[in-house]
Formats: sequence, C-alpha cells, structure tokens
Amino acid sequence: MDRTEIINLQDKSRHIRRLIIDEIGKLGVGHVGGSLSVVEALVVLYYKEMNINPAEPKMEGRDRFVLSKGHAGPAVYAVLADRGYFDVKELETLNKPETMLPSHCDMLKTPGIDMTAGSLGQGISCSVGMAKASKIKKDNVYIYCIVGDGESQEGQVWEAAMAAAHFKLNNLIAFSDNNRMQIDGNTDDVISVAPLEEKWTSFGWNVQSIDGHDIEAIYNAIEKAKTSVDKPSMIILNTIKGKGVSFIEAMGAANHSMPVSEEDRIRALEELK
Amino acid sequence: MYENKEMRQVFGSILEEMMEKDERIVVIDADLAKANGTIKLRDKFPERAFDVGIAEANAASIAAGMAAYGFIPFVTTFTPFATRRMCDQIAISITYAKRNVKIVGTDPGISAELNGGTHMSMEDIGVLRSIPEIVIFEPVDNMQLAQAMQQLVDYDGPVYIRMFRKSVPAVFGEDYKFDLFKADLLREGKDVSLFATGIMVTEALKAADMLKAEGIAAEVINIHTIKPIDREAVLKSVKKTGAAVTCENHNVVGGLKSAVAEILVEEYPVPMKAIGVQDHFGEVAKIDYLKKKYHMTAEDIVAAAKEAISKKR
Ligand SMILES: Cc1ncc(C[n+]2csc(CCOP(=O)(O)OP(=O)(O)O)c2C)c(N)n1
Ligand SMILES: [Mg+2]
Repeated sequence: MDRTEIINLQDKSRHIRRLIIDEIGKLGVGHVGGSLSVVEALVVLYYKEMNINPAEPKMEGRDRFVLSKGHAGPAVYAVLADRGYFDVKELETLNKPETMLPSHCDMLKTPGIDMTAGSLGQGISCSVGMAKASKIKKDNVYIYCIVGDGESQEGQVWEAAMAAAHFKLNNLIAFSDNNRMQIDGNTDDVISVAPLEEKWTSFGWNVQSIDGHDIEAIYNAIEKAKTSVDKPSMIILNTIKGKGVSFIEAMGAANHSMPVSEEDRIRALEELK
Repeated sequence: MYENKEMRQVFGSILEEMMEKDERIVVIDADLAKANGTIKLRDKFPERAFDVGIAEANAASIAAGMAAYGFIPFVTTFTPFATRRMCDQIAISITYAKRNVKIVGTDPGISAELNGGTHMSMEDIGVLRSIPEIVIFEPVDNMQLAQAMQQLVDYDGPVYIRMFRKSVPAVFGEDYKFDLFKADLLREGKDVSLFATGIMVTEALKAADMLKAEGIAAEVINIHTIKPIDREAVLKSVKKTGAAVTCENHNVVGGLKSAVAEILVEEYPVPMKAIGVQDHFGEVAKIDYLKKKYHMTAEDIVAAAKEAISKKR
C-alpha cells in the first residue's frame, strides 16, 4: 500500500466519522463509541479489500461482512452510503420510524448488510456458517466479521471459535474490536477477556494484534491472513472507544450509547474537519 | 411516594433496603447494570452485587448455583436476553431444580423502542409460560413493584419479573394492598371484561372511560401475575360480563390472550378479542408510534370491546 493510498484512506476514515456523528447527531442519541472504534477496519475492508459491488449488493461470489457487535450499525451504514449502496440522505433516517437503517444491522432492511445482528455472540457463529458454506460451494469468498471485546464474554463466541478451527476455515477473517470497554465499564473490570491473543491462539486461530486505527497495519494484517493455509484468522484491533473526537473519547465507557446534542454534533464535526 | 421515579430507580432502591436486612439477596448483572438501575448497589455490597459480563446463560446458572448455597439471586438484563438467551438455563438449572432465583427482564415488548426488533421480546411470556412451575409477574406501576419485592423474595421459587424500566403512570395509591397471586380489580363493570397487563393497563383504563361515555360498563382487571393466573378472578368477571378483551404488550400467541383463553375455553366460553402484537416482530420506533401502528391504543381496545359485546349470544 503506497503513501497516497494510505492518506486517502485516512481521509476517508475522517469522512466516515463525520457521517457517523451527523447521522447519530440528527437523531440525538446512539451507539457512538463502538461505531467510531471500527471505522478504519471498515474503511480498509470496504474501500480496499472486499470483492463487492454496490450496484449489485447481492452479487454472486461477493465477500461477506458480518458485524457481530450489531449495535455499531451506524458505522457500517455510513460506509455503505458513501460506497453508493444507497443515498447518503438515508442516513438522516437512522433509527426513525420505518427506516431502513435500524440501530442494529438487519439484512432484510438494508442493502449491503449480509447478516442480521444485535443479540451479541451470534454474528461470529453466522460467519462460521457462511465460511463453511463457501467451502462447500468452492466459490473462493472471504468472510469478514467484527466481534466486540465485551461481546467475547458470550460463550457462543468460543463455540464459534472452536468450530471455525475444527473446520479449517482459512476463508474466515475475524476482528476483535479491543476497545477495552463495554456498557458497565472497562472490560477488565466487568469480566476480563484477557489475554485475547493467547485465547484465540489456543483455540487454533492465526492471531495478529495491531493498532486498530492504523490503515496500513490493518491492510497488512488482512493480506497476511489471506495466506493462511488451514486456520481461521483473528486480527485483534487495539482501538479507542469513541476514537477521533476528544470529548467523546474522554467519556470512556459512558460513550457506549450517548445523547448527542446539536452543540455536540457541531463541536465533533469541527474536530473532524 | 414513588412519583416521578423511574421503575428501575424504585427497583434499585428497594433492592438496596432489602439487601441491608437480608444477607441472602444477591444481584447478578450481565453488562446492563447501568441500564437497569442496579449498578449503585455495588458501592454498598461489593461482594453481593456483581457483573458476569455479557454472558446471560452463564449468569442464570451461576444464580442457580448460588441459590443451591442458600442465596436468593436477582439476575437482571433486558427481556430478550433474560428469556431467549437464558431459556434452557432457566428451565433446568433454575426451575427444574426448583431454585429460588428471580430473573428480571427489562424493556419488555415494544418498550425496547430504539433498540429495535432484535431487542423487542414479543415472546418472553410465551417462552417461559410453558415451563412448569415458574411464576411470571409484570408490575404495572411503582407502588405495585415496591410492594411486590418482599413477596417475591418470600416466595421460595423461580420468578420471572417482566419490568418496564422508565416512568409509568401511577395506577395505585398508598392504600393499595398487593397479593402476588390475586389479580387487581381496577374497575367494576357488567358489559365486558378488559384483562390487561403491564403498560396496557393504562390503555385499558382509558378505554373503560371512553366506553363509559357511550354507556358501556367495562370491568378492568390487572393481571400482574400471568402465571399462575388468578383463574377465579377471570371466571368471576366473565360470568358477570359475558365478553372479554385481553390487552398485552406481547405477542397474542403464548401470552395473556392464551392464558385467559385457556381458562375460558375449558370453563366458560365467551366472545373474546385480543389486543397486542399480532404475531410479528418489532422494529425501531417510540412506544406511542408502535402502539398506534400495532393497534394497541385505548381506541383499539374500545373497538375490540364493542366487537366482543356484539358477539354475545
Ligand atoms: C446477548 C446480548 N446481551 C446484551 C446486549 C446489550 N448490549 C449491547 S452492546 C453491549 C456492550 C457491548 O460491548 P462490546 O462488545 O465491547 O462492544 P463495543 O465496546 O465495541 O461497543 C451490550 C451489553 C446485547 N445486545 N446482546
Ligand atoms: Mg468493547
């Protein structure tokens, strides 16, 4: 990845953050923190890595993305809108009655969403199902999935982890958004999921741990994951919940679901210029 | 006394008082302690109020284990996770094993509002009601919840508490006397029985006012305990009125409609209509919007009542 491309994707990340702040700000409340922490990963996937076609969201043989931490829907919606899956204006309908953009990802409502999520722990198993299906079909598709670190307290995540390794799903590339926070506080204070690296390794996955806001590191990690011969890959994204807007970052776990006033919105956009 | 308080505040503060007096009570959260008003209990009871993280099935069986050791756990989360996610653990570790555990589910049905379809439990009563012996209780207001808490602890067995989180209009005053196994007769009437639960009780009361203006006397009964349902109260009312409408913030399959219908078909069939979620999933929107869209308003209850009355033989 060359310098200009990195800079372009960094600019794109800032733009996506603006869209997220705007869509949640116009509603007045939402899952801000966990949406802002996954932006770079989504940008590398949707603007660089994934074989997708916004004009044909259900294209045969497309790569799939599952947001297992489904509450970060607003981040994916911003990316899908910017990629042309639907009009950017739709973002203003976020979580309003009859919207196609509900707080949690819904494959029946939103063009470009491959799997419904919202009940934590299930999306990673759905990704295992997709990766297994792709193996049977031999269609050379990659399945990408983001799980939360708090979400990883669900036993189902580890059931999925075992199954993926057992089935040798090297076409499954998952990310753990290690922002170290959940609703009730710091993940280490609630129920520690550490050490994540060793856990996933011992479950039979290829594991990399990187700066989750570093475009180049994310790209390199995905490229490396694609060379895996017989193991699923876990890329641990060390991130900051609320990344990009200082006063939101400073709130800590309280930014999980937070009110965003018009004043907050303008202040945040100012910082994201 | 409980005016201008959210239900979760009342729940949290009464729990605190009870925990001071009764060392058996413990509170187990699953990363929704802030949402459910239980997080402040940890300051006073750092050992007896704790989080197990986003692991509801684990929380349920941990509770059963603690109950097997003589504790009385309250496990709290949102209704979908408290029922769908914990279902087998509630069935086996808790109920089959007859453990004294109180499962608290908040944001029932359409009250999950902006969390949308995935978080709207339209089926939680139905799911749990078919498990033998479990008690299912849905408080209608702060006063009822406050009075219920001690009886829930004293009742030695599994209870599912289906609780609204935010502010609800008061239905009862200081003179109210709660009985866990007795339905509340809120209004007497001779023409039709409105059986309601949870947030639908206020709609039923409004409907009764509207019907009264048209010369129809509706009886309003709050079925706060849906299992075991107060059969005598249901039968006594329909024997007088000869028509029934059930009103619930839940699917009309498996919940209050089913519970009332099960009694009526066996013992005393009368024309009956059901207000509630008509067997579909939820979606993001505020309660008032969804009440209208799903035909769960007082006006809808009025229309249903008239239809039930018109079918009397
Ligand atoms: C099964 C389940 N339990 C509880 C919730 C409520 N909930 C939504 S988000 C969240 C915290 C998630 O924390 P984490 O996975 O770390 O996400 P992030 O920090 O990236 O926002 C919880 C408990 C849920 N959606 N699903
Ligand atoms: Mg987190």
